Amino acid sequence: MIEIKKLSKQADNKFILRGIDLRVNKGETVAVLGPNGAGKSTLLKVLATLIKPTAGHVLMNGLDLRKNHIEIKKVIGYLPHSSLLYDHYSPLENLVFFGNIYGVNNVEQRAVNLVKEVGLSFFLNEPVKNFSRGMIQRIAIARAIIHEPEVLLLDEPHTGLDQGAISILNNVILSMKEKGTTTLMVTHDFKQAAEICDRIIIVKNGKIVDDFRIETRNQGFVSEKYELQVEGVS
Amino acid sequence: MNLFRTALFLAKKDLYSELKTKQILTTQIIFAGLVIVVFSFAFDPANNTTKAVIPGVIWVIIVFAGILGLNRSFISEQRNDTMQGLLVAPMESASIYLGKFLANFTMMLIVELVSIPFLFLLFDFKFLGSLPYFILVVFLGSFGFIAIGTFLAALAANSKSSEMLLPLLLFPITTPILIGVVQATRIILTNMEKLASAIAWIQLVTAYDVIFFVVCFLLIDYVLEV
Repeated sequence: MIEIKKLSKQADNKFILRGIDLRVNKGETVAVLGPNGAGKSTLLKVLATLIKPTAGHVLMNGLDLRKNHIEIKKVIGYLPHSSLLYDHYSPLENLVFFGNIYGVNNVEQRAVNLVKEVGLSFFLNEPVKNFSRGMIQRIAIARAIIHEPEVLLLDEPHTGLDQGAISILNNVILSMKEKGTTTLMVTHDFKQAAEICDRIIIVKNGKIVDDFRIETRNQGFVSEKYELQVEGVS
Repeated sequence: MNLFRTALFLAKKDLYSELKTKQILTTQIIFAGLVIVVFSFAFDPANNTTKAVIPGVIWVIIVFAGILGLNRSFISEQRNDTMQGLLVAPMESASIYLGKFLANFTMMLIVELVSIPFLFLLFDFKFLGSLPYFILVVFLGSFGFIAIGTFLAALAANSKSSEMLLPLLLFPITTPILIGVVQATRIILTNMEKLASAIAWIQLVTAYDVIFFVVCFLLIDYVLEV
């Protein structure tokens, strides 16, 4: 599904990614862990086609990211730190706009269903600027999945969410997984990573230093592995 | 086809945003009104030489009101990083440029539609020239100015001092358009006997518009890269 070969990204004489090799199978949910500045978000931005890599190849569904970026963008759902929502627009207006851009059929019904799914149907027509951080994040999740993406790229999606919103987000990720969606999630939240992910990747100084599967949903096991790899890095 | 479809969605979004917030169009119209009122105080409408000022005033309004709108056009996409939302969507960068251009151009036409009749009214100007030619000149001049301005607004938006940078970049590049349209407007409004000369200016502006629109369309991909 996602195949990354010798991926490097250089900015201002500094290597942010140093020859990343990674293969993620269809339907896998992968957590990307690592200290600040390790290159996790940059990796996600390259996959989301926001940044062009300096060297290396990325294949998604067998398509080259450089040559088929429009086709690849159709299957990607990207949720960064920012909400990517228009403040003065309501959730419905935001979702309908992005749905139209992605060419979603019956977009209004889909938007209404998604707002309902993230528990904000009561605020369907309220401007997003009046929402709390958690509410905005829920709509941002709905925006990312409006076109039912095959690949979901999430950058610290649990940050600033209350327990209710975390549970809604996890349910969304798991239901997408059931439909065969591949998820790559950058996170610092080991508990969530252990709970919903099949596989953990640890990135340090722009390289993958560990890559393992978690069968037991044991947070302690993830922490142990992480500490072993990033010891001495603040 | 997808390029135009997504551009229309984007233009519709920007115009609907404007309808909700009334930030850009209101500022542009207030600015145009102030310019007209100040000039009407400065020049006596009863004096015949005042008529010679009108072509210049029309383009002062279009240029400065246009810059007010262009400045906001891409800066508004920085809040919540909505530009990233557009860049990760399955659309070409040219589509974003086209959408923004359509929205800016529509707003500019609305400002012209309100301000130019108001200008003629306040200056007690009897229109004796050719109205279709006048409309054509205003349309072509605004088209070129907004096409180049939208491209440069995208370029300047990444700078911290974008509001200062945009006019600095825009004026040298649009000078041939402005010279052409001011001359053509002057001839059409005051001296229709020299229509052939006005047509030559119109042809120059048209060629400039087409070349720069195509160049901006092709180069926008490099400008919008994160």
